[in-house]
Amino acid sequence: MSKMVPWLVLISMLLALYGAFVYAPTERVMGPVQRIFYVHVGLAWNAFLAFFVVFLYSLLYLVRGRRRDDMVAACSAEVGLIFTTLVLVTGPLWARPVWNTWWPWGDPRLTTTLVLWLIYLAYMVLRSQMEESEQKYKFAAVLGIVGFLDVPIVWMSIRWWTRTLHPVVIRSGEVRLEPRMFHALLIAVVAFGLLYLYLLQLRLGIEQSKSRIEQFRQQSGLAG
Amino acid sequence: MRLLRQAGWIVWKDLLTEYRGKEAFLSTVFFAFLVLIIFNFAFSPGSESTPEVAPGILWVAFTFSGVLSLNRSFLMEKETATLEALLLSPLPRGTLYLGKMAANLLFLLLVEALILPMFAVFFNYNLLPFSATLALVVLLADVGFVAVGTLFAAMAASLKTREILLPILLFPIVVPVLISAVKATGALLERLEFGELIPWLKILAAFDLVFVWVSYWVFEYVVEES
Repeated sequence: MSKMVPWLVLISMLLALYGAFVYAPTERVMGPVQRIFYVHVGLAWNAFLAFFVVFLYSLLYLVRGRRRDDMVAACSAEVGLIFTTLVLVTGPLWARPVWNTWWPWGDPRLTTTLVLWLIYLAYMVLRSQMEESEQKYKFAAVLGIVGFLDVPIVWMSIRWWTRTLHPVVIRSGEVRLEPRMFHALLIAVVAFGLLYLYLLQLRLGIEQSKSRIEQFRQQSGLAG
Repeated sequence: MRLLRQAGWIVWKDLLTEYRGKEAFLSTVFFAFLVLIIFNFAFSPGSESTPEVAPGILWVAFTFSGVLSLNRSFLMEKETATLEALLLSPLPRGTLYLGKMAANLLFLLLVEALILPMFAVFFNYNLLPFSATLALVVLLADVGFVAVGTLFAAMAASLKTREILLPILLFPIVVPVLISAVKATGALLERLEFGELIPWLKILAAFDLVFVWVSYWVFEYVVEES
């Protein structure tokens, strides 16, 4: 099953490219630049999924204390952070020609995503500064839980904050999406979802090898 | 009742240590005061932008001095091995958290009580007509800030890079608190109606409830000795 994943990623990515560049019609007002939408949203939704997985496995780690739960949380946070970084890159690329600004602070989604990115960057910093120990896994799990619960409150506060500054002018009109655009979006979301699974699987493999090597070292008295 | 009494002892212990030391409290106040002054130079005072930047400056001063005082909160406990003694005592972890949190909250509130009059003088505001509402905003924001801050300070205390790590962990999380506190304070300074404040107070209250409860629950994982 897990051997299939890379092939599924390849096929779905090709389909997603076809969907975005050929199948989906060109947007009337924005023109071809709108096609970045499929990559942008495909990444964004899966980034949220990745952070939900961090939350879930952090909770599981605190409850049952299995080393593997912490590994899943750590690896998912890494992939989620990369996806969020790409969301924050593709967003301004799209915003510049369409909204005439790289970084519209007035958009609550963009600003919330930035805060999200900062939270999980802090998560990685915390992990990088600690030696492998149960304490590290516990600390990371606590941050994984607190960070995820913070997101809805960040979203609420930023929505109110932007509303009082100036009206929300920009709404990406994805509620009423042309059917073919919607299909292309779905394929892109699935493709990036599979990519997320694949990267998570690869990262977990590395982590497991690492901890196995560490075990061998300790057994043979070569520690340190 | 028992919980309150036990947490009360922790608060009493922390405040007594502060009272006997004093220099930490005074330097925190001095630091917050300096932040106000520095920002006064950065944005020329009395100019048209003052109403827009004043609440932000106030909360930057509170946040920075808050992080400084939080950093100390568990450092002394570690250095003198008080934390180990506290963990050995038959004190539930959650109670210990509530005690430390309340002590940090009181410390921060005292600092702010001294800073607010200085802010009023230097930025030329009369805070008295709405002092009760302002106190409510400050209290709600501080509870949220300290709730997460105490939890993270306990984590940071066992790391070498604690001074820099605490703000890195804390600032992204308290973004909603900062936004709400700044906007609510701004609304007060501009004498807007109370209705304008309600969404901000709601967000602050939601943050406080969620994070006091979560921190109370996870604190035991943070102080457990490895």
